[in-house]
Formats: sequence, structure tokens, C-alpha cells
Amino acid sequence: MSRISQTIAALRSAQRKVLVPYLVAGDPDKGTTVVLMHALVEAGADIIELGVPFSDPSSDGTVIQLGAERALRQGTTLHDVLDIVRQFREVDTRTPIVLMGYLNPVEIMGYEAFASDAQAAGADGVLIVDMPAYECEDLFRAVRPRGLDTVFLVAPTTTEARLASICAHSTGYLYYVSLKGVTGAAIKDKGDIKGKIEHLRTITDLPVIVGFGIKDAQSAVDMAVISDGVIVGSALVDRISHLRSGETYSQAALADTVAVISSIRQAIENIK
Amino acid sequence: MKREDLNHTGAHKINNTIGQALLAKFMGKPRIIAETGAGQHGVASATIAARLGLQCDVYMGAEDIKRQSANVFRMKLMGANVIPVESGSRTLKDALNEALRDWAANVDNTYYIIGTAAGPHPYPRMVRDFQSVIGREARQQSLEQFGRLPDALVACVGGGSNAIGLFHPFLHDVDVAMYGVEAGGDGLETGRHAAPLSAGRPGILHGNRTYLMTDDAGQIMETHSVSAGLDYPGVGPEHSWLKDIGRVSYVAATDTEALEAFRRLSRMEGIIPALETSHAIAHAGKLAAGMSKDKIIVVNLSGRGDKDIHTVASIDGINI
Repeated sequence: MSRISQTIAALRSAQRKVLVPYLVAGDPDKGTTVVLMHALVEAGADIIELGVPFSDPSSDGTVIQLGAERALRQGTTLHDVLDIVRQFREVDTRTPIVLMGYLNPVEIMGYEAFASDAQAAGADGVLIVDMPAYECEDLFRAVRPRGLDTVFLVAPTTTEARLASICAHSTGYLYYVSLKGVTGAAIKDKGDIKGKIEHLRTITDLPVIVGFGIKDAQSAVDMAVISDGVIVGSALVDRISHLRSGETYSQAALADTVAVISSIRQAIENIK
Repeated sequence: MKREDLNHTGAHKINNTIGQALLAKFMGKPRIIAETGAGQHGVASATIAARLGLQCDVYMGAEDIKRQSANVFRMKLMGANVIPVESGSRTLKDALNEALRDWAANVDNTYYIIGTAAGPHPYPRMVRDFQSVIGREARQQSLEQFGRLPDALVACVGGGSNAIGLFHPFLHDVDVAMYGVEAGGDGLETGRHAAPLSAGRPGILHGNRTYLMTDDAGQIMETHSVSAGLDYPGVGPEHSWLKDIGRVSYVAATDTEALEAFRRLSRMEGIIPALETSHAIAHAGKLAAGMSKDKIIVVNLSGRGDKDIHTVASIDGINI
């Protein structure tokens, strides 16, 4: 069982929801990302989605776009992101890490080189936002034998046929996109999401974690009650945007930055 | 010269927007969105939207808005909204990103008209199919007017729609050589250009795998060309394939060569070509120099240059 599957299985047995923060690697700088990741675990993160910055993030709203721009201004590369994973792993060998990004940086690094380094660094999964499930063969040939989970997005507009294909190719968990749009937008159709997730449950046993638009205790609770957990990205990246590169932050300052995660942890604690 | 500049709105772009807007209408979408670089596709989208009664929002990089203000005004006159894009490099690729973001949010009532032969399937094929009227007409007219097929076809290549439109109906005519001319900017060796086929490598952007200007870290590079419409770091994937199989030769013309061709055609033919088109004219001139007089080259005059006179005047230090 992968680290991701084990983590989620343990949470499910304990009747607890999965909390997955997302942050852009290298924002405001590599060192701060590592300490933020530890702070997130302190704050109650179960899995961390680590964003690989890309120049053309067409699925991201302004907050994460700006985070990516800040990271790219620091010269952050995919190699740097894997270094961040390595450094995190020196201290934390428990918390699963999913590398989330767009396909081009992986394509240019080379699938074998990427998969090999990702495994060696201690990453647990990949989520390539713009790689459709039916284009995954080349990447899978590299990542699957190395035990990396492959996470895909399911959207409100995903057709039945694509849903079947996505479920067949997914491991670890399914990322259900709560809204039509980009990261950081507002969730409008809660009832619709419930129905969609119920439908997903009839097709797959994979845990379903909801992301996009979850920004506070209320929105987290709304989504957590109908799923296995929540992903929080823009709300966190927005707080991180106040940090500066090259600074050293105290534990208190870091805890304050990730407070949205600790408050969400508290809010979803008693949902079964 | 295949006179796509004589189309209503002054470029080949309208061939595509009419087709896609009719599709939008058929699908029951009341709103179309578009990305635009030089503004020609934006104008062509606004034009057909006005004609068909569709709401039209056009995304345009803030940098491009500055250099193509006439086209911006045209779009607004026709009732379209022009939304400046401030993210990224503020040019065509960023406008495309923003249009994709809008589309993801508004897909229920919105049809996205991509202006070139790139992007996620089925756009490359659909745009090619709508633009192939160019090649079908050129082929028929060649036979009628020359009594035979041309020896060579030349077209400028940004995203590749006018070129694939011209080339596609001739692909099986093995004796017709084809040349796609990319924007060489300051010269390929400077890195300041927009020539993914000549100087890029395969990568993934905007839903297709194609030749891209991408750096070693997989980030998309900024492009540089005097012509906004060629300023795209990718290219339609069918061109990538045609390059790989050797059916089409892809070359580049620099800003200087394009500007020189712009002036030359204006003087010699009384036709002011678009700066994009000028790249094709430049290369056709080079080709012709090495061919005998009985040979026939068909150049795609993809657009007229009225939109570019302020750019050229300013390069000449003239205030108009």
C-alpha cells in the first residue's frame, strides 16, 4: 500500500477527514517552502500537494498564478522542487507528498529522469493537471513501477466515458474539482457537488477529496461532509504571498501564516 | 499571391471565425470568447459575433493592446469587449491562458473560438478545415490560371492557421514544395524570436504536444517579433508533424527582412501586406532568386497591413 493509501485508510478508520494543503514550491523561496511544509503538518495537514511552478498555469486563478510567478522569479525549477521534497524528508518520513503541476516541465526533464528523482527524493504521487488520462501511457511507464500514485482531476463537466477512464488510471485518491473554473474561484453549487460525488462512489472505491474554492472553515465543512476530505490551495497561497524571500520566520509567524489550515482542521475534526 | 487580405476584415482569420461562430450558434451558446495577438482574430470574432447576435469578449495581452490600438477600437465599435491580460508576459500566450480560464468557468453559455490551428483537439483540425478553403481555392485557381499546380507554396507561420489552410489541400501533390516562414525576430541566434519549429523542441502547451519555445526547465519562453500575430511560442501540431516527416520546410525571416519585404511589396505592387504576411513575402523573394522564371510560387497574402502602419511609421521615426 502506498504512503498515500495508508494515510487515507488510517484516517477513514478513525472516521476523520483528509486535509490536504497546497502551496507553490519556491514561494517565496526554497527554504521557506520546507519550513512551511513542516508548519502545515503541525497545523494538521495529512497530505501535502506541492505545486511545481509553471509559466502558463491555465487552470489557476490569480492567487496561485502570482505564487508561481514569485517562485519562478527565484529561478525555481523542477529539480529544486525535488530538492525541497528531499529536505522535507530529512525530518518527516510520514506525510505523503503529491507533486502537482503541468506536464511541460516533466516532459522536458524526461519521464524516466523525473520518476527516478521523484522516487529517490521521497515524493508519493503526481498530479499533472493538463495531462488527460488517455495520454498517460508514457508517464505511467516511468512512475508506476516506482510506486508513485497517479492522481487525476474530475470536474463537474467530466463525461461518463472520461470518468471511467480517469477512475481506471487513478490511484491514491480522486481530486474532485468543486466548480467550473479555476483555483481560487467561489463554490456556487453545493447540491450539485453532493450528487456528483454520490455518483462517483458508484463507480469507484477511491477516496474522493474535494478541491478548488475551499477557503475557510465553513466552505471546508460544507465539502468535507459530502466527501473524504478537502484540499486548500489559494487561501493558503494568499497568506504566503505576505512572506518575503530571504527572511527567516519564527515558529509563531509560520503558524500564523498557516492558520487557515489549523482552523479548517479544527472545523472538520468532528465530521464523520 | 493568394489574396486573403481581400477578405472582409482584412485577413484570413474570418474563414475560421465564421465557421466556429456558426458552430457556437448551432450549439446554442449565446457568448463567444477569443484570444488575440495582433487583433485580427479578435476583429474577425467581433465581426461575426455582431453579424450573428452573439456576445463577444476578446482577451488581448496588455502589451499587444498598446501596439494594435486600431484593432482594439474596431472590436469595440462592433460591440465586443476587449479584456486586457496583465498576467505572464502580457502577450498572445497569456491571452490564450486567460481565455481558457474564462471558458472553464463559463462553458455552459460560452464557446471559445481559438484563432489559430493550435490548442486542444479538435481545434487544430477544425481550424485547419475551416482555413483549407484557402488551399482549395488556390489549387483550383492555379489550374485555371496557370494550367498547372504551383512549384512552391509559401506562408507565414505563427500558430499556423493560414499556412495549414493553404498547404493542406496540396499535401498529396508531391511536386508542390512548401515553405512555412516563422518570425525570426532579431535573428534565431539571439534567442529573441518566435520560431518554435526552427529553434524550439517538442513540449506541451495549451492542450497540445508540439514544437515549443521552451527553456531547459520546461518554462515557456518569451517571444519577440515585430509582428504581434506571429508572437506565439508554440505552433499548430500538424505543422510539427509536417516538419518531422519533411513535407514542409520551416524557415524564419527576421524583423528586418520582414520590414524590408513590407516596403518592397507596397512599392512594387501597391499592396501593403500585414507584418506577419511580410515574413512570407521575404522568404518568397529569397526562393525566387534561386528559381528559373518559368516556376510558380504562390504566397499566401494572409492579411493587409493597414493595422501595421503606426508600427512601421514609429520605426521610421514618423508620428502619424
